[in-house]
Amino acid sequence: MQQTILEARHIQKQFHDPVTVQVLTDITFSVNKGEFVSVIGKSGCGKSTLLYILSTMDTDYTGELLIDQELMTGQSDAQLAHIRNEKIGFVFQFHYLLNEFTVLRNVMLPGLKLARYSEQEVEHRALERLKMLGIEHLATKEAYRISGGEKQRVAIARALINDPHIIMGDEPTGNLDTKNSEHVFEIFHELAEVHNQTLLIVTHDQGFAERSGRIIEMEDGRIIRH
Amino acid sequence: MNVKLIFGIARSLLLARLGQTLVAAIGVAFSIAMFVTLLGFMNGLNDLLDGLILNRTPHVRLYNEIKPSEDQPINSASGYKDSYNFISSVKSGISRQEIYNSGPITEALKNDPRVLGVAPKLTAQVFFNEGTIDITGVINGVDVEEEMRLFKFRDYVTAGSAIDAKNIANSIVLGKGLAEILAADIGDVVQVTTVQGERFPLKVVGYFQSGIQEIDKVQSYASIVTTQKLLGKPANYITDIQVKLNDLNMAPAVAKEYEQKFGIDAEDIQTANSQFETGSNVRSIISYAVGITLLVVAGFGIFNILNMMIYEKMDSIAILKATGFSGRDVNRIFLLIALSIGFFGGVVGLIAGFGFSVIIDNIPFNTAALPTIKTYPVNYSPIFYFIGGVFSIITTYLAGFFPARKASKIDPVEIIRGK
Repeated sequence: MQQTILEARHIQKQFHDPVTVQVLTDITFSVNKGEFVSVIGKSGCGKSTLLYILSTMDTDYTGELLIDQELMTGQSDAQLAHIRNEKIGFVFQFHYLLNEFTVLRNVMLPGLKLARYSEQEVEHRALERLKMLGIEHLATKEAYRISGGEKQRVAIARALINDPHIIMGDEPTGNLDTKNSEHVFEIFHELAEVHNQTLLIVTHDQGFAERSGRIIEMEDGRIIRH
Repeated sequence: MNVKLIFGIARSLLLARLGQTLVAAIGVAFSIAMFVTLLGFMNGLNDLLDGLILNRTPHVRLYNEIKPSEDQPINSASGYKDSYNFISSVKSGISRQEIYNSGPITEALKNDPRVLGVAPKLTAQVFFNEGTIDITGVINGVDVEEEMRLFKFRDYVTAGSAIDAKNIANSIVLGKGLAEILAADIGDVVQVTTVQGERFPLKVVGYFQSGIQEIDKVQSYASIVTTQKLLGKPANYITDIQVKLNDLNMAPAVAKEYEQKFGIDAEDIQTANSQFETGSNVRSIISYAVGITLLVVAGFGIFNILNMMIYEKMDSIAILKATGFSGRDVNRIFLLIALSIGFFGGVVGLIAGFGFSVIIDNIPFNTAALPTIKTYPVNYSPIFYFIGGVFSIITTYLAGFFPARKASKIDPVEIIRGK
């Protein structure tokens, strides 16, 4: 029996502005530990919306969401922030590093926030992850001085800092050239294979999705294949 | 709660926009500096102007007023005891101006714990004879040492030596204006005629300058002994007892009490000089109003800069929230930014304000009317610095409150999707 990391039960969402539109209809699925899941679908099918609900950042939905067999629905803002910090790692399409900090500091921030380890240990762990992704030489650089592909790898290192249960990605390769996309995919693949890391990646890159372990395909707010 | 982390992030955000931060901090510093300087200067002037009168005015003055007797003989007559008596054309009698039992009263006053000091005084109306003209004047017979201790007599003696009035027999300290009229130098002898017609030579040992021309043209000072001799009165003859209290505000109550206790007229300083307090209060209000206006303007500056900073940092705020910082953390970060601007601006402002005050304090300010004043007066009361410091923190907190709340409410999904 595989351990379930993420479970969605009958999730529905509507946008009310300017007219009521049903964005997600009865989404039910679960992700087990170690799975590498891609969510694909056409633009506007609701896959990003779903991801933000699953990531606990969007709380305006009906249905139930469980992460690590714990009910997320109805939790307070501060509790959800803590859960995101501890259990979820994020990689976005745009790299979203904090330009005021160095690369190393960017990776360390979620770890410092969690405060599970001392500052020295967090720094050590951050360097470990940068080394794993082959970018430890960038550690002392300012975040805005590195290239797009490097930024995305730093973002992945940041997502990994607290050993999350699941890494979520919103088009992580969408803004990268082929070579860098390939590199990022390989990192994800290795994380899943070698480190048994659970991944849930929204993408519209068909090639990327086909090489992942499992595909969830969406259309018009419904899951049509999973 | 990870305070150190919040501080670190706030610091990085501040340093990333060093220019803006400096502008905001300089705004606060400037207004605090102006606030402190203005209040110090205004209150220095207040103290100076008040001191002009208050320093030399007794808090309570005991004396016998010349007035018609309350007890007319008819009231004592047994036949008219129960009737209401109308007496027309009542005149003041030849009542003695001397204070009865002045010795015991002085002793009693000196033993009163509320009293800082007691100085006896008698005044003599005289004519100063200069050739063929007579000039009216007043000689105040004072206990020179007590007068120096309680009423800063020495400060107002601008030439010669105050204590000589005591040490040299038959000496006088002339008002500056009076001395000019008499053309009397220090060491000269002036001729004085008393009301009783006796002529007396007095040696000039100093000039006295109060800052009020009218007084300086009429008043002069001599020791009590000299004045008593002048009037041909015994050694216990005094007409006024001047009392200085530890607390000025108690004067009205104390005056009333003494009036009853000693059966004598008593006048308190508030009644004698009520206009001064009003003037001081109005000047204080004006300076506070200007200072607070400056701070409010600086507060709006901070408000603007923080709002702009939050707009610029939308992405950063979104990513902080996505990676596990709660709205409260973000709120704290921005409040901390506002408060650090307020704190450092405030500290610099207080130091600069002190600097400005010192500069003003050293600008020469010579005026014939104020002999003791050489530079502009400044009051360095720590209260102004305390108020300034507290205000800088409060205004920046208020200025940061709404932008910080706005930042804490930013929805990361909207920012991340909005690209």
